[in-house]
Amino acid sequence: MELSAYLAVAALLFLIGLVMVAARRNLIYVLMGLELILNAANLNLVAFNRFRPEGMEGHLDGQIGAVFVIILAAAEAAIALAIVLNIHSLFETIRPDDIDTLKD
Amino acid sequence: MLASLLQHGAGTAGHAAVAAGAAAEAFGPATAGWLLAVPLLPLAAWVVQILVGRWLPRQGDWLPTGAMGAAAVIAIWHFVKVLALHDPEFDLAAAVELPRWKFFFSDPSLTTGLAGFSAGILYDNVSAALLAMVALVSFLVHLFSVGYMQGDSRYNVFFSNLALFTFAMLALVISDNLLFFFVFWEIMGLCSYLLIGHLAADRKEPKMSAAWASMKAFMTTRIGDICLFIGMMMMWKAFGTLSFRELYAAVEAHVAGHGGDWSPWLTGAGIMMFLGAVGKSAQFPLHVWLPDAMEGPTPVSAMIHAATMVAAGVYLTARIYLLLSPTAQLVVACVGGFTALFAATIGITQFDIKKVLAWSTISQLGYMICAIGAGGVAAGLFHMLTHAFFKACLFLGSGSVIHGCHHEQDMRKMGGLRKKMPITYLAMLVSTLAISGVPLFAGYYSKDTIIAKALERGLAEGGLIWALPFWLLVVAAAITSFYMFRLIFMTFHGRPRAHCSEHAHESPWTMTVPLIVLGTLAVLGGKFWLLDPLGAFSAGGEWFTELVHDPVHFVDHETAHHAHLTAMGWSLAAAGGGIFLSCLFYLWRRLDPARVAAALGACYRLVYDKYRFDELYLATVVRGSLVVSHLAAWLDRTFVDGLVNAVGRIMAGLGTASAATDRVVVDGAVNFVGEATAAAGQRLRRLQTGRIQQYAYFTFAGAVVLAAVVLYRVF
Repeated sequence: MELSAYLAVAALLFLIGLVMVAARRNLIYVLMGLELILNAANLNLVAFNRFRPEGMEGHLDGQIGAVFVIILAAAEAAIALAIVLNIHSLFETIRPDDIDTLKD
Repeated sequence: MLASLLQHGAGTAGHAAVAAGAAAEAFGPATAGWLLAVPLLPLAAWVVQILVGRWLPRQGDWLPTGAMGAAAVIAIWHFVKVLALHDPEFDLAAAVELPRWKFFFSDPSLTTGLAGFSAGILYDNVSAALLAMVALVSFLVHLFSVGYMQGDSRYNVFFSNLALFTFAMLALVISDNLLFFFVFWEIMGLCSYLLIGHLAADRKEPKMSAAWASMKAFMTTRIGDICLFIGMMMMWKAFGTLSFRELYAAVEAHVAGHGGDWSPWLTGAGIMMFLGAVGKSAQFPLHVWLPDAMEGPTPVSAMIHAATMVAAGVYLTARIYLLLSPTAQLVVACVGGFTALFAATIGITQFDIKKVLAWSTISQLGYMICAIGAGGVAAGLFHMLTHAFFKACLFLGSGSVIHGCHHEQDMRKMGGLRKKMPITYLAMLVSTLAISGVPLFAGYYSKDTIIAKALERGLAEGGLIWALPFWLLVVAAAITSFYMFRLIFMTFHGRPRAHCSEHAHESPWTMTVPLIVLGTLAVLGGKFWLLDPLGAFSAGGEWFTELVHDPVHFVDHETAHHAHLTAMGWSLAAAGGGIFLSCLFYLWRRLDPARVAAALGACYRLVYDKYRFDELYLATVVRGSLVVSHLAAWLDRTFVDGLVNAVGRIMAGLGTASAATDRVVVDGAVNFVGEATAAAGQRLRRLQTGRIQQYAYFTFAGAVVLAAVVLYRVF
């Protein structure tokens, strides 16, 4: 398998996540989009580690980075969902367009 | 000559010590307090009256009057003690401890930097007599005013001014130095201005002539006052003191040091100081203000003419007598003698009852001044006292007449008032007899002494010029009795010549009581002859001349006695002649005054117009001052104002330019920064939508741009 195949899948995942973050009208989906973006990055990390240059065998930087990202994503998801819950109780909506009190 | 007065010889030292002991016994330690109370009572009354007089019952007239009554009682009480001591050398300072006030000031000519000046009380025989007289006459004038000023629109102000006036005179009399003397002298000048112009500020009908008269009085006396001040400063410069006693000693030492010769500058200083008295006592050539001062209410005239103002000038001349060189004395005597005659002639022609009295005052003041100049200090002061009594009586009497005739002052419209105003008539008749120098009346003794003194000095000095005062006074005496009886006959005798005098009535008691008191004093004030009727005709023995001695005697006792007899003969002849002539004209009507006046023609008119001195001064002094002041005003307007205005305009131009710069440049820059910031903020705030997804676009866009920069080095 070619490296480019992995990268293409990762780019696709990233784009899907980006569109979800930018366009979805539900905060939960936005968070899910974020997870996709993170996982696209994970896929890149793992793929680059698999196709590492000559003389650098035994290095597992990419995999370790991916594990860190997974852990961070889990923590981020917990915090983000807690924020979403608070937003819901405060504004009684989770449409990001309606939550614009930071303006002015 | 001076030495005999100023230094007690060995023989008199013992006598002086005994006398001082007796005086110390008579005057307790509280004497200074009592004496100070005399001027301070009217002062306190003035303070209260000027502040709250308007709201007091009866507008507070009882307050100054009461204070004056108390002051008069104190002054007379002390004077009686002085009389009882009967010591010509009496001086309170030698008997009891008197307070002194010390002032220090910096003097650049002294190395120590401080010079001292001390002031105290002077209470000798002269002061004592004068203090009692001033307090008594002023009290009577206050009392008279209660009746006379009734219904005046500034009744309370009148009384406060009167009180201040009296305070100044009383304080002046007991000042022991020229500086304090001068201060009170000036307060009197101010008060005379206020009182003469009293009717000018009347709330109902302001009298403009009173305003002019007060200004004239103030300005004229000011000329004299400036001269007095110059004379004072010459003395201060030379001797470093202004105390009367120290000056006497200093001048005596100075003259002795120059071999008995008087320096010309001393003569000058003496004449300068005397000019102050010329202004205040209305002597020629500064006499013009006094007749016009009649514009004031009659009590004020009485006050000015008897107790205060003019008396101060005579008092000053007497006090500075020992500072006058023989030449200065000659000037004083001639000015006095000339004024006595000159004013008397004008008195003949006047028809206004108060004007006649005013000219008579000037004439009588001439007598006093002349006497002092001739060395008869005691005689001059004696005449001042007796004159105060009968002139105050005459003025208050004329006030009573004017009051009774509904403010008519022209004698041609009076006549026949004898029956309607008996008390006034008697009082005025007695005073007229006194002023004419008829024996038994107060004026006789004093006037006689004056004429005798003038003759004595004439005999002592010899020469024509020193004989002049005597003859001037004798002629003036004849004229005095003529015009004074003319006044009495025109006012009180004959038939009423106008409506106003037909319905005249006697005045209330507040006005007649002072008349009675003063009338009595006009009879007995010269010599108390009731107990010794025969002594009334003999010369000598008057209380005042026994109490106050002349500082210098020019002739021996024998010559003096002869001179006195000669003078008595002349003055009796003059008085009798004047009265006889007056009877011919105005009582028996054997001669017609109008025809005589017509026969004299231009000569009469010149005298009637008071020798046209007013016109002369108006044309020279007044017009001259006006020209100078107009010139000064023109210079001021053209050059000084022009310069000031130019500077102002330049400054204004600079200011305008500076303001424009400020507005355009500084404000512009500040506003531009502010507006630019605001505009930028307005634009940039659109970015802050508050939508997190939009922020995500921006973030992504930023990431893309960053990536482009990193990957392709776009920028």
